[in-house]
Amino acid sequence: MSSTIELKDVGQVFRVRGEDDRQLREFVAIEHLDLTVGAGEFLTLVGPSGCGKSTVLDLVSGLTRPSAGVVSVGGKEVTAPGLDRSVVFQQYTLLPWRTALGNIEFALEAAGGLKKAQRTARAREYLELVGLSDFAGRYPHELSGGMKQRVAIARSLSYQPEVLLMDEPFGALDAQTRERLQEELVHIWEATGTTVVFITHDIDEAIFLGQRVAVMSNRPGRIKAIVDVDLDRGSPDDDVRSTAEFARYRHQIWTMLREQHSPVARLEEVHQVA
Amino acid sequence: MPDLLKEKTEAKPNPRQEAAAGVHHVSRFRGRFQRLWRGLIGIVLLALIWEFAPRLGLVDRHFVPPLSEVLDAWWQMIRSGELATNLRASLVRSAVGFGLALVTAIPLGAAIAWYPPVRDLTTPVLEIFRNTAALALLPVFVLILGIGETSKIAIVLFACFFPILLNTISGVASVDPQLLRSARVLGLSPVTTFRKVAFPAAVPTIFTGIRIAGAAAILVLIAAEMIGATAGLGYLITYSQFNFLIPKMYAGIITTSVLGLAINFGLVALERRFSRWRY
Repeated sequence: MSSTIELKDVGQVFRVRGEDDRQLREFVAIEHLDLTVGAGEFLTLVGPSGCGKSTVLDLVSGLTRPSAGVVSVGGKEVTAPGLDRSVVFQQYTLLPWRTALGNIEFALEAAGGLKKAQRTARAREYLELVGLSDFAGRYPHELSGGMKQRVAIARSLSYQPEVLLMDEPFGALDAQTRERLQEELVHIWEATGTTVVFITHDIDEAIFLGQRVAVMSNRPGRIKAIVDVDLDRGSPDDDVRSTAEFARYRHQIWTMLREQHSPVARLEEVHQVA
Repeated sequence: MPDLLKEKTEAKPNPRQEAAAGVHHVSRFRGRFQRLWRGLIGIVLLALIWEFAPRLGLVDRHFVPPLSEVLDAWWQMIRSGELATNLRASLVRSAVGFGLALVTAIPLGAAIAWYPPVRDLTTPVLEIFRNTAALALLPVFVLILGIGETSKIAIVLFACFFPILLNTISGVASVDPQLLRSARVLGLSPVTTFRKVAFPAAVPTIFTGIRIAGAAAILVLIAAEMIGATAGLGYLITYSQFNFLIPKMYAGIITTSVLGLAINFGLVALERRFSRWRY
């Protein structure tokens, strides 16, 4: 199950107050952003911090409405959050008073349509998918960061969304755990065929995971370039990250991000409210 | 003697190692048993001082009788049923006032917190009430509700209401926005979000308020009973003092301490039960 995602000429503006002069202004987070993600595709989105990556995700998830342009998923305009899309946030958003199993059941309760016993069975199935069957009865504070994020992924997949949105989900994990989870995520994606949009500021992560890497410009965010990644990921024992091709992609994207790394540019983008 | 510095910087496995091995570090200086033992010694020391300071003439025996005489008076009151009568009177009043505060303050607090404009409207008013000493209002309650049970229950209700209300408000209002966002992503209705996310998240904070209220209930009631009552622990204490039954007065005071301890202990146990996920 998967859906196409389309953003057409999308802009997002927030109201802010300047820290120095206390003036109300408009803060242009993204402007004239166009992006199409194919059904079943795994797209990663990289960009400098503060470029509006998370804003894109909020728009697709339906948590916010765009100030301009149209966001649509599966051909239908996004007006509110829906169960066809699910989000994994960087901060662990598990309910601390529910066990690992209970947290997945929580999503299934929200989705509706299943009886209690069916919900439990389904939750167990997805815990198994992320390799946490033995931890079903643990509370989040008893789980490591990696485990919590696995539960969050299982929860997001449990109601079988067509689009999975991930906002730097592995950002807070240590390097080894992060790599292992990246590999697991690729397997899960292959198994479920869900469309995935994955936000990161880690170039290696973007190349390893994405079929395409969308590179965003500084704020106001736009899609600067899209890089097709054609890597033979082969067996998990091959260390694809240390191949020459990988290094070439890495250098290409690094250069793009480097070019726009001028902090002065950011300050000039603020427009004063009349 | 091990000091804080030595104890806190003691060599031990780091939390990751503890978690991986499923074990907990045992302090060389301060085990569970040692803690309990030391606490017990402290209580025995207090009892010895109370017993012998009057006997040795360090304090006036008439005003501070030895502990054994106080305990004897206490025992007499338990046997005669005098203590039970007064304890029951106090317990009923505080339980009714406390219970009424619970059932009104929690829903009201939750509603106030859920609607920020209502919160803005009520915050200054609540601050004024919170900073008004409950006992200062006793004359008002007596004026309106008379000298009977109602005014005493009302003052307990007043004293318990604000800690619970304010903690409910802050607990619900400070729910992690990320949890609310993930509830929205799941398409939960506002009512369900409140019931399944915001309220459970607020439970620990609400319990802090309940504990403060539990202590306030006893405190205010004893004081109120000292002013106008014909039964209750506060009445027992002032009555004994007026009649120069000093051991009995101390017995009454000890009863209030024990009652306060018991209520706090009970509420802490309840709190642990309801927030098991934090420990």
